[in-house]
Amino acid sequence: MIDYALLFSFAAVAIALVINLWRLATGPTVMDRVLAGDTMVVNTIAIIILYGIQNNTTLYFESALLLAMFSFISTVAYCRFVLRGDVIE
Amino acid sequence: MMSFVVEIFIALAIVIGGTFVLVGSLGLLKLPDLMSRLHGPSKATTLGVGGCLLASMLHFSKFNGDLSMHELLVTLFLFITAPVTAHFIALAHLHTHPHIKTECPLPKATVDGQPTKPFPRE
Repeated sequence: MIDYALLFSFAAVAIALVINLWRLATGPTVMDRVLAGDTMVVNTIAIIILYGIQNNTTLYFESALLLAMFSFISTVAYCRFVLRGDVIE
Repeated sequence: MMSFVVEIFIALAIVIGGTFVLVGSLGLLKLPDLMSRLHGPSKATTLGVGGCLLASMLHFSKFNGDLSMHELLVTLFLFITAPVTAHFIALAHLHTHPHIKTECPLPKATVDGQPTKPFPRE
């Protein structure tokens, strides 16, 4: 039963990633693209965790944590660059 | 029997997580402007990832016999940083589109008899 749920969820997250890629390519403003990139990283974390459930291994949680940290830091850096014109003043 | 019930909960959490991730991205695709589009990823997608992490936590506590804290760490980090990210993106969007401040409807509420400012954060 978990296998079928995993298949459904993989398909849903894959469609979500394609939608985010569409928004990343055709976003009208800069912040649309930043938001799409941030959402893509969050969806990648979801797909990594589902892959870990499928393979019965806890090896991938560190990569998920690292991706979460880097997504937060990079989004804040983009926003500071747009707000201030510089990342570190 | 107990294992079967736990398996049902895991499958339910996985399906709910995938559905909410998809709904958040659909909101990112379909909503009209950026202030509306912020709602999809910052709420629905975070909830979807939370569902996947809950399923993972249940699955590995059933598989290994003890509760692992890695998922809790990722969940906590994502749930703390999602509103901060959304707030920063909204601030940057207001910075690049200053006319939004004048186009927004004024709030009706008053503070101590004084009408509230149109946009308090200058």
